[in-house]
Amino acid sequence: MKKLNGLKLNHRKNTENSATVDLPVPKHVKIPMSMHMGAPCQPLVKVGDTVCVGQKIGEAEAPFSVPVHSGVSGKVTAVTDYQTAVGSVCKAVEIDCDGEQTISDEVKPPVITDKESFLKAVRESGACGHGGAGFPTHIKLNPKTPVDTIIINAAECEPYITADYREMIESPDDVINGVKYIKDILGIKKAKLAIENNKPLAIKNFTEMAANDDTIDIVTLPSSYPQGAEKVIIYNSTGRIVKEGELPSDTGVIVINVSTLAFLYRYVKTGMPLTEKRLTVDGNAVGEAKNVRAIIGTSFREILEFCKTDIDAVKKLIGGGPMMGMSIPDLDMPVVKTSNAVLAIKTYDERKTSNCIRCGRCVNVCPLGLMPAEIDRAYKIKDIDSLKALKVMLCMNCGSCTYVCPANRKLAETNQLAKALIPRK
Amino acid sequence: MNRLIVSPSPHDENYTKTSTIMLNVIIALLPALAAGCYYFGLRTLLLTAVCVISCVVFEFLCRKMMKRENTIGDLSAVVTGVILAMNLPVTLPLWMAVIGSFVAIVIVKQLFGGIGQNFANPAITARIVLMVSFPSAMTNWVAPFWYKTADAVSCATPLGLSGTADEYRLLDLFLGNCGGCLGETCALALLLGGLYLAARKIISLAAPLSFIGVLFLLSLFYYDSFDYALYEILAGGVFLGAFFMATDYATTPISRKGKIVFGIGCGIITFVIRQFGSYPEGVSFSILIMNVLTPYIEQLTRTKVLGAKEAEKNEG
Repeated sequence: MKKLNGLKLNHRKNTENSATVDLPVPKHVKIPMSMHMGAPCQPLVKVGDTVCVGQKIGEAEAPFSVPVHSGVSGKVTAVTDYQTAVGSVCKAVEIDCDGEQTISDEVKPPVITDKESFLKAVRESGACGHGGAGFPTHIKLNPKTPVDTIIINAAECEPYITADYREMIESPDDVINGVKYIKDILGIKKAKLAIENNKPLAIKNFTEMAANDDTIDIVTLPSSYPQGAEKVIIYNSTGRIVKEGELPSDTGVIVINVSTLAFLYRYVKTGMPLTEKRLTVDGNAVGEAKNVRAIIGTSFREILEFCKTDIDAVKKLIGGGPMMGMSIPDLDMPVVKTSNAVLAIKTYDERKTSNCIRCGRCVNVCPLGLMPAEIDRAYKIKDIDSLKALKVMLCMNCGSCTYVCPANRKLAETNQLAKALIPRK
Repeated sequence: MNRLIVSPSPHDENYTKTSTIMLNVIIALLPALAAGCYYFGLRTLLLTAVCVISCVVFEFLCRKMMKRENTIGDLSAVVTGVILAMNLPVTLPLWMAVIGSFVAIVIVKQLFGGIGQNFANPAITARIVLMVSFPSAMTNWVAPFWYKTADAVSCATPLGLSGTADEYRLLDLFLGNCGGCLGETCALALLLGGLYLAARKIISLAAPLSFIGVLFLLSLFYYDSFDYALYEILAGGVFLGAFFMATDYATTPISRKGKIVFGIGCGIITFVIRQFGSYPEGVSFSILIMNVLTPYIEQLTRTKVLGAKEAEKNEG
């Protein structure tokens, strides 16, 4: 089997031994109606309404969407227009918290009898991929083609982030029971829990826990970035190749993030929807790097203050890891469902971009075997035929090419811009 | 309120800069330069200094005149200067070296857009231009250690003595104790430099190995003699060309397959020119010809993309 290219990154998992701390309930939360991939929700509450923990406050009719729930109890003070970090605009519900954290009577374990009722419950839980993209989980778990393997993605290949790792260390039972549960309810033969080899403790624990179950494999992945990218993890744990324009399920595989899975298992048991997230708080502006459990809608400012950050020194805020995370334009933006880390950086030196020297480093690191340097050239002259032949559409924006470029060319960004040139069929 | 910086991912970067790469190439060239000083005396340093300074000055002036950003900080002009010097006989008049630098930097590099944009290797092209413009000065070879004797002893290069391998012992060739351009004679020092670059992952050995390998095999079949085949790869500018010019980023293919094709092509052309052409040496021409072919090699040797579907050619 051909080995895919990858990057050796400095892991900087400074928080791997920091147990998750509950962030105090904030005074005020702002909950956007679009935190997932798909149609944004419409608010179900209006100003003046009283809401409780776990109450559904946003819903969309479109199937490719997930509902939004409140993580606090209190009074709705505003329903505003909100611009997300990607720039799209949706509604956001602002709630003044009463601090009681009264649990809504909507929160009760779902009645699940078969695959259909399970998928319905998954949608009701508000679950979307915890890893960062926020793909609605109920869609992912309901592929059109038969699936024989489910891969639990516990690679966590981004530097700094340890949120998934802490999930595995703090709630190993939820993970392993979740694997068994989802395998049985969806009728999938084989489960593979794929973990990067920089997490030996998790690998050891789960190998012991799954020792008696030959339908669960613990796969040790090399720690090379981007190991957790869907196509990469599928290839490295099963040898299957997801073809251009196809979905993982077309090769008989689905991939689910380990924290998403553990959450689903807890939801099935308790009925508490997705209202809080574990986040790794790190970066050189943060005084005490740690993992916190924050209610969705809490502002990043509050989290950073909790972690003794020198707020005035923060120059750049990254939601997610340093490789694929997104710049957060405003400290007062809220934690969303896809947040798994926040990095506050106080140093930023902008290097100038210079000519491509054709060193080929970008080609040597691209996990998919793309040629970013050539794409860059073709993009400059808007050569759409060449861009197509160079398969730019397959780029998953892992950022490895930009990372290694000695001329500091923004190759990953160029790839995304180049994609926009190619007419959609 | 904080004004936060917003930029696309990735937010982290590697700190290998273009200038770091060039600095490493300069370091790799030092052993061969030192060997040049040892065999051909301190004029080696003078000639190298003239080439380097004139390359940097031409680069600076050229960028200035074109109202482009100054790029001498990336050290690529220094690398060009050193490699150019290594391709010259130690006796070359200094003004000719300055003309070489002009050709390399202004005509070959900057007129095509500067670093990374040139289609031909600047040092190689400059050498060829000097070779056809000043044939006698460019072939005024002197014997090693000439500076120790009262007057310069002229001497043929190993390749000039075609068919008389006994003139030079292979060990002398390997160590550089023979006539030739000031930086090309010591195969050992060039090999050290090349291996250093490969160890630092700055060059891939694909092109040098296929270049030297093909030349060796062709010579082996042609002469049916192991010694002669070794003689062919150690004599002349093969090691300098293979490790430092056939690995030039801008003018050789990016993919590994492409680099191998490039190396094989260089090996074949060098062999053909040496055996059947009127020039004793073919390394420079072979690299230049393959430079010109590089865009085509590149198109035919693109990397395979994971999961990519072949374009349906028969459609329509």
